[in-house]
Amino acid sequence: MALTGIFLIVFLLVHCYVNANVFFSHGEENFNRAAHFMGTNILVRIAEIGLFAGFILHIIQGYKLELSNRAKRSSKYAVTAGNKTSTWYSRSMALLGTLILLFLIIHLVHFWVPSRFGGLTEVNYDGKSVLNLYGRMKDVFSQEWVIIVYLLGCFSLAWHLLHGFQSAFQTMGWNHKKYTPLIHSMGVVFSVVVPLIFALMPLFMYFGWEIPVGELTLLF
Amino acid sequence: MQHYNMDLTLKVWRQQNRNAQGGFETYQVKDISSEMSFLEMIDVLNEKLIHEGGDPIAFDHDCREGICGTCSMVIDGRPHGPWKGTTTCQLHMRAFKNGETIVIEPFRANSFPVLKDLVVDRKAFDRIIQAGGFISVNTGNAVDGNAIPIDKDDADNSFAAASCIGCGACVAACKNSSAMLFVSAKVSHLALLPQGAPEKSTRVAAMVDQMDKEGFGSCTNTYACEAECPKEISVMNIARLNREYLASSFNADK
Amino acid sequence: MPDAKIPAGPLETKWTKYKSSVRLVNPSNKRKIEVIVVGTGLAGASAAASLGELGYKVKAFCYQDSPRRAHSIAAQGGINAAKNYQNDGDSVYRLFYDTIKGGDYRAREANVYRLAEVSNNIIDQCVAQGVPFAREYGGLLSNRSFGGTQVQRTFYAAGQTGQQLLIGAYQAMERQVALGTVEMFSRHEMLEVVVIDGKARGIITRDLVTGKVERHFGHAVLLCTGGYGNVFYLSTNAMGCNVTAAWKAHRQGAYFANPCFTQIHPTCIPVSGDHQSKLTLMSESLRNDGRIWVPKKQGDNRIATEIPEDERDYFLERRYPAFGNLVPRDVASRAAKERCDAGHGVGTSKQAVFLDFADAIQRYGKAEVSKRNLGQVDAVSVTQLGKEVIKEKYGNLFDMYEKITGENPYVVPMRIYPAVHYTMGGLWVDYELMTTVTGLYCLGEANFSEHGANRLGASALMQGLADGYFVIPYTIGNYLADEVGKSHISIDHPGFMEAEKKVSKHLAELMKINGKQSVESFHKRLGKIMWDKCGMARNAEGLKQAIQEIRALKKEFWSDLRIPGKIDEMNPELDKAGRVADFLELGELMCIDALERNESCGGHFREEYQTSEGEALRDDAGYMHVAQWEYFHDQWKLHKEPLNYEVVKPSQRSYK
Repeated sequence: MALTGIFLIVFLLVHCYVNANVFFSHGEENFNRAAHFMGTNILVRIAEIGLFAGFILHIIQGYKLELSNRAKRSSKYAVTAGNKTSTWYSRSMALLGTLILLFLIIHLVHFWVPSRFGGLTEVNYDGKSVLNLYGRMKDVFSQEWVIIVYLLGCFSLAWHLLHGFQSAFQTMGWNHKKYTPLIHSMGVVFSVVVPLIFALMPLFMYFGWEIPVGELTLLF
Repeated sequence: MQHYNMDLTLKVWRQQNRNAQGGFETYQVKDISSEMSFLEMIDVLNEKLIHEGGDPIAFDHDCREGICGTCSMVIDGRPHGPWKGTTTCQLHMRAFKNGETIVIEPFRANSFPVLKDLVVDRKAFDRIIQAGGFISVNTGNAVDGNAIPIDKDDADNSFAAASCIGCGACVAACKNSSAMLFVSAKVSHLALLPQGAPEKSTRVAAMVDQMDKEGFGSCTNTYACEAECPKEISVMNIARLNREYLASSFNADK
Repeated sequence: MPDAKIPAGPLETKWTKYKSSVRLVNPSNKRKIEVIVVGTGLAGASAAASLGELGYKVKAFCYQDSPRRAHSIAAQGGINAAKNYQNDGDSVYRLFYDTIKGGDYRAREANVYRLAEVSNNIIDQCVAQGVPFAREYGGLLSNRSFGGTQVQRTFYAAGQTGQQLLIGAYQAMERQVALGTVEMFSRHEMLEVVVIDGKARGIITRDLVTGKVERHFGHAVLLCTGGYGNVFYLSTNAMGCNVTAAWKAHRQGAYFANPCFTQIHPTCIPVSGDHQSKLTLMSESLRNDGRIWVPKKQGDNRIATEIPEDERDYFLERRYPAFGNLVPRDVASRAAKERCDAGHGVGTSKQAVFLDFADAIQRYGKAEVSKRNLGQVDAVSVTQLGKEVIKEKYGNLFDMYEKITGENPYVVPMRIYPAVHYTMGGLWVDYELMTTVTGLYCLGEANFSEHGANRLGASALMQGLADGYFVIPYTIGNYLADEVGKSHISIDHPGFMEAEKKVSKHLAELMKINGKQSVESFHKRLGKIMWDKCGMARNAEGLKQAIQEIRALKKEFWSDLRIPGKIDEMNPELDKAGRVADFLELGELMCIDALERNESCGGHFREEYQTSEGEALRDDAGYMHVAQWEYFHDQWKLHKEPLNYEVVKPSQRSYK
């Protein structure tokens, strides 16, 4: 759980970094180029298999863990301590994970499926033809219900990370008098900032916001 | 401190034996002094039940000074009741107000089967200790007590872990019925001392293995155990167990 | 008179010589010999572990749900040993001498000397097992001082020394369980000793979960079942502590020694009302810093902080200037009772004295100011600094006090009162710890032990572990060497069947009384008689009355007791009823013993025998003996084991 979790946290970081191109002027070209690189580089493609494996493993482990843990107490309490002794989101990782999974399926259908199996227009940069994923984003994020679904997805992700980040460290045994508080703060910052950045993307697209910059290139 | 008397409604789990179907019974108790301990309040109810020809409530208790780990009970959803760092026997009725309804249940976990009413079987803990919760030294084998100096911080941390009373509140509090806090406290207690170091790799593997066999759940780090532990054992110990366990699984010689 | 089997020769060499000449059982024979251990506190768990390690087949029994819960766990303060790590002049002889003197010259020299000798091995063994004793910054073991001694010889693990030592012994025993040498029976209560051809050959138990009565064979039986302080109903003992195992043995022929010797601990939290079910001890270590006082005016109802200094009576400091608040337990307890009886008691019940830390807080506060070089500091800050020091030393005890009483002891003085804590009396044993029933041994608090008429602080843990780890593994061999080749007796032997029938009959008789009153109510009434008339102070008149009252109560018990439920199920009321039935008989014997002993010594204070200053007045000519009581159908015959002091010269104890 913890290992795959940390792996997925690293993925989120990369994903967030690449996609952050869309916030800026020149974002369209930068983003499409980056996406092209991610979509065609052989190493990245191999890593993608790893990523899928990571997701699937994390999901299977998660459900197995939840089911097995639930089976350990056949006779339930009439009254529970609720939030007095633990946070609701630490107890709701399976629920939050399920919400994220639902979101993930929608998300894959929106972007990953067409980029792999066709259905996207192409654009030409310096004579090189690349898929116009940016255009796809514009399309997808023009619908209100999609915006709401994405916002909910990011919201679930934030709570999931809020527990998952520090929990992964605890499970790996990386607990230290001095550094654990630091890890906890890092976890909180990560859990708020990363989902927030993701959440801003559909909003930027929908409202047509952009951050003006000169010749900024985030990647490549 | 102002003393006061109170009338209470108690909803208590009654179960004839391990295999019987259990359920809640409701009782009224009157004129309970705020100076009574929680168990003394149950004593009052039991005396009343016996007097009326009923069957008193069976519950585990012994030292009544917070150290033997016998008393259990989940009071309004809280193992050992609402006070922090306190066993049920040390919980006093000052914690409650006149007219309150209190729900009293046994520790619930499949690994702690109910024997009668609020009494549960915690032998699984003994079997986990048997699996490796000791230092293999026969009587008479010891060197002088001061032969091996021990870093004071290590000794203090070891002591803090060793103050676990084995009551099982961690299991009762955990949504997964995990025994990680109990097992990790013992692993830490012994691993932190030079005397316990030679066996630490086999110990942690054997104890975790036995814990799984006993049917306790897995830890998902909600830390409800730490919040409910009457001896306030830290979840730092769980991290230490995880570390020791990982190290043990990479140990090629074992 | 039974032979105490004390080895000949000079005191210092008795045990060494005994060990090197005692008969042994060879390892292959040990595997064929079965030993029963009843009780798994310090004495029982350490004995079961050690015997298991030697290769005997051990069966261990306890009434608790786990052996780790035995009441040894509640000992707070520490364990003595003559290590002399502090270089303050301690030695085996000095520990021996302090223990003999503290016991008011009513203990056996040879046993106490052996105890002092093995005390050092205990510390080594416990450290090796991983007992996390308190340590200094250099990594070495730390010591503190306790009442009645002038050296620092007490090893401790914060306020949970008993717990840590017990967990050590428990883990050693569980290791043997895993290895198959020890078989553990928890939630089992011993209800009879099986004696066949004059030898203890097993026990009858009741499974407290199913109610099933069972027979168990052993070549030898060890009773390690603790003290009988619960005869007083209110005591610092655990709720389940009982005399039943020892009492059944007594009825089978084991002599009961010095039953009237009980220890009343001076610093316990006072009774708060009729609902009280047990009393909680505040460690003796508090007397290092707390000052004990009462108002000079009788019936003073002002709160403590409003009573000015010159209207307070620090009665221990006044009466015993040399030892002050650190006099032995019996002396401190009696002095507190005397003041309360004279109308100076405090609190709503007036049965309490103050234990005040205000001076210590100021003293430590000022010391902190100079230690930290703070210069001029206001009074509030000094108090705050002082409180922090006190918190570090006694924080857990102060918290416990606040939980129980709802009062903050950092602000108002604690209220304390003496309470029954330990019983020095118990089954009589010889030097080898064997009772007067061949093959039946008794270890730890359950035997009449090495503490004479009063036990010093931090000596109970020492004795329990000495008996289990270092004495019984040697002495039992001397008996079992004869048992080699004697086969296992079938539990279908008539001796077993009869014993089982007797137990079943006893249980059935209890159930069929079918009266109206609960066990608890009888126990409470017995406790009140014992406390009022056989407690901290006794007199002939009161004891005679007590004997009559107990007999009447016993009659009432057997005609009006109500036990709900059935025999063949978990039935805590039935468990308690059996124990109270035995306490009723023991209570009578305690009063008879107290009446017989026409002197005051240690914890036994007969009001008729005191000095003009109110101190205990011993009668060495008439009572320098162990009183051994033999049971005959609800009557007792007295035998006496004279105590010969070859090394120590008994003198009047003085702590002035």
